[in-house]
Amino acid sequence: MPNPPFHEWTLIEAARKIRDGEISSRELTAALLERIAALEPKINAYITVLPEAAMARAAACDEERARGKASGALHGVPVGLKDIFCTRGVQTTCGSRILAGFDPPYDAGVASKVLASGAVLLGKHNMDEFAMGSSTETSHFGPTRNPWDPSRIPGGSSGGTAASVAAGTCFAGVGTDTGGSIRQPAALCGVVGLKPTYGRVSRYGMIAFASSLDQAGPLTRSVADAAAMLGIIAGHDRRDSTSVDVPVPDYLPAVSRPVRGMRIGLPREYFEGAGLDPEVKAAVERALKILTDQGAVAVEVSLPHTEYALSTYYLIAPAEASSNLARYDGVRYGHRAEGASGLIEMMSKTRAEGFGAEVKRRIMIGTYALSAGYYEAFYGKAQKVRTLIRRDFAAAFEKADALLTPTTPTPAFRIGEKTGDPLTMYLSDIYTIPCNLAGIPGISVPCGLSKSGLPIGAQLLAKHFDEETLFAVAGAVERALPAPGAAPVASAPVHK
Amino acid sequence: MEFEAVIGLEVHAQLSTESKIFCACSAKFGAAPNENSCPVCTGMPGVLPVLNRKAVEYAVRTALATSCRVQRRSVFARKNYFYPDLPKAYQISQYEAPLALAGHVDIETDGGTKRIGITRIHMEEDAGKLVHEGEFAGAQASLADLNRCSVPLMEIVSEPDMRTPEEAGAYLRRLRDILVYLEVCDGNMEEGSFRCDANVSVRPKGQKEFGTKAELKNMNSFRNVEKAVEYEIRRQIETIEDGGRVVQETRLWDANAGVTASMRRKEEAHDYRYFPDPDLLPLVVEDAWVEELRGTIPELPADKIARLSRDYGIPRYDAGILSSSRALADFFERCVALYGGAAKTTANECVHWKDAILAGRLTPETIAHAVEDRESGTVSATASKKLVEAVLETGKAFRALRDEKGLTQLSDASALDAVVDKVLAASPKEVESYRGGKTGLLSFFVGQVMKESRGKANPKIVQEVLKKKLG
Ligand SMILES: [Zn+2]
Repeated sequence: MPNPPFHEWTLIEAARKIRDGEISSRELTAALLERIAALEPKINAYITVLPEAAMARAAACDEERARGKASGALHGVPVGLKDIFCTRGVQTTCGSRILAGFDPPYDAGVASKVLASGAVLLGKHNMDEFAMGSSTETSHFGPTRNPWDPSRIPGGSSGGTAASVAAGTCFAGVGTDTGGSIRQPAALCGVVGLKPTYGRVSRYGMIAFASSLDQAGPLTRSVADAAAMLGIIAGHDRRDSTSVDVPVPDYLPAVSRPVRGMRIGLPREYFEGAGLDPEVKAAVERALKILTDQGAVAVEVSLPHTEYALSTYYLIAPAEASSNLARYDGVRYGHRAEGASGLIEMMSKTRAEGFGAEVKRRIMIGTYALSAGYYEAFYGKAQKVRTLIRRDFAAAFEKADALLTPTTPTPAFRIGEKTGDPLTMYLSDIYTIPCNLAGIPGISVPCGLSKSGLPIGAQLLAKHFDEETLFAVAGAVERALPAPGAAPVASAPVHK
Repeated sequence: MEFEAVIGLEVHAQLSTESKIFCACSAKFGAAPNENSCPVCTGMPGVLPVLNRKAVEYAVRTALATSCRVQRRSVFARKNYFYPDLPKAYQISQYEAPLALAGHVDIETDGGTKRIGITRIHMEEDAGKLVHEGEFAGAQASLADLNRCSVPLMEIVSEPDMRTPEEAGAYLRRLRDILVYLEVCDGNMEEGSFRCDANVSVRPKGQKEFGTKAELKNMNSFRNVEKAVEYEIRRQIETIEDGGRVVQETRLWDANAGVTASMRRKEEAHDYRYFPDPDLLPLVVEDAWVEELRGTIPELPADKIARLSRDYGIPRYDAGILSSSRALADFFERCVALYGGAAKTTANECVHWKDAILAGRLTPETIAHAVEDRESGTVSATASKKLVEAVLETGKAFRALRDEKGLTQLSDASALDAVVDKVLAASPKEVESYRGGKTGLLSFFVGQVMKESRGKANPKIVQEVLKKKLG
């Protein structure tokens, strides 16, 4: 067993140790696979684990290194991907029964970039079905549990990735964020989660939930790791018309950039709501103090259309989802219902069996919102409000370089606590959703633990393509706070 | 009561791009089922469409050639519906903001030129097709062939400006000629790369409001479109005269029976739930690009007909046939350039040898030489035809064949003298009768001279020599 505990290393540390020959990729990969075997029964962060493929790739990496041919920033480092990214020949389910057994014939843009960086793919992380959920409870493959308290949810929909990073069953992962699905579980699991600018990372091969909001981004143990991961996955992809062709900077130097003189905006509306837990509020205020102590300036800003963000989101996302998910009809791939007579019955039965309750609920809402006679009142109106929300942010960024808010209203709730009440569940993304509607980048950085020992995250938002400011501010918060330490599940001895 | 028909046409033209509109698959017709398919056009999870620039270029050129206004910004929308040949369960098509608006095409009618308005031109992807049990060997059930999925189409919607089946046919032909001239569509109706639906209604003459329309589908030739529209107009008039009412419906043309029949559909009320496709950014066509493309628009059929008949003094009808193909018209002009002569003769020859010319089997030199030799009297009309046929058979040059076969006419009067003398000497009685006033015998002598010269003598010259000698 590597010593000190390898699972507490950051991604960058692991990459350096392999590069310097302190540890082989095989040793590290085998250790992680052992850890996965021990912890998975407790947290269920993976849908698919790839022991043979991972070991084979680790061996190949070691051999390449021995021949002096190692290339790529993550050469030999074990990582995981949310099961929403298509991986050639490796089952990709999107957390749904309807795609169980689906082996894509191609790699997602993100998957190819991660593999091209030399990383070893350990497996595919659990997630809310089709990324619809805030707790990873809607997965067809069972809920993921929070490594800080297995009776609680890890957040969602990238809950599997967040839990795995927190539990040390991978060094980093890539998730997706449609309304907060990277930042919210990052906050609840005590890790760093970044949603880059819409268009910054390719959506090719990323199974669509709501195309105009979906964005891939890293979940890591440190801000620097997030910067390194973004450097790997960012960049224009000709296969994605919405990906933007702007140069990718080297993000790492931004992490240690001083915050002196930076204007930190506090959106009034984000601190006024009744649902904000006092402990969360206090933790975010502590983060602000850290920043002002380092010379940043606090300014109050207003995002007046915030109150409409949730309802806008719950029209646009389901509308797009209802169309994106229509292709799952049992005709060409995935699950097909048995015993249907005729085409229409086969399609209806397949969809009835293949989709879970939350997915069906959103398909129904979306279908209704787009239907003739309602389009203008719902989808059309929502798009107009979306423009107003985007303008709110543009105005705020004239006063502030970055905005600081809570990531979630409360720490992680208990499994099953909100599943019966979707509307309450939707409120867990209330602070993260406006960022997706505006297409701006956002990061969640750990900013302490609640009295009951649950992680709390602070969210930072910046202008389009200004991820560097996020890294600078998040880096400053991270450096000043005592490390939250390993999650209790993660620190429990797992090997003989 | 006298009725008047109101006809509007919706044409779907397949753009002749190498690849499909949103992926790199080949758009060629006739591949084995599902050979031209990939994750993108088969709608696999996670894939995204990327617009084919060439397809946009072709559609913009069409818009310019039909005097449409090219919209700087147009939007692709999703038309959502379930069907096994539609793998994404939506078709990407322009809807509220199409590529081009408000153009027109002029057609020739008995009453002169008539302008048919074009409402809009938009771009979209085609769907696949289903092959049902028994339709080909081994088919046990309904099978989906996705080769056509995402093949680029352009829909050209006309204003309801046509009043007769002939006008509809003329518009359709003119539109096809334009697309073929632009080389943006091969115009092949049988292979479905040029398809047409017709909206037909009738109303009492003089009434302003439109009658209830029927949409006609399934017409795969120009003749069928005209026949279907003609049938439908008669059917609607008879329905009204019999006290019935025309219902709004889709009708299929049955070419064998020569009738249109109602296409019964249970799921009549479709809600396509259109919305802008979030995977594609709005299409922005820069003015500079439009201007650049404007420079690539060739002379179009209407202009070509006018110019040919004006510049060469040939009848409009001939100019029309020559202009039905850009290649044929070019061929004609090259022939005239090679040998000045009478353009009308050249036009006749080009029309006569049209198929061989379009198949690339004749050079302008061949026709120019044929015309020149005819006009100079070197070759007879019959020999000329034989020689062109020989060119087609052997691939040898016209004049080489002419000399080889000795098909040159004897046009030299002095060379004919001996032959004429011989014929006159052999028929003293006829010579006497002729001189006695039976001038009708001239053709007898001509015939004899032709026979004696084995067809080589130029009949015109023979006549002149005979008349002189017979005094
Ligand atoms: Zn394709």
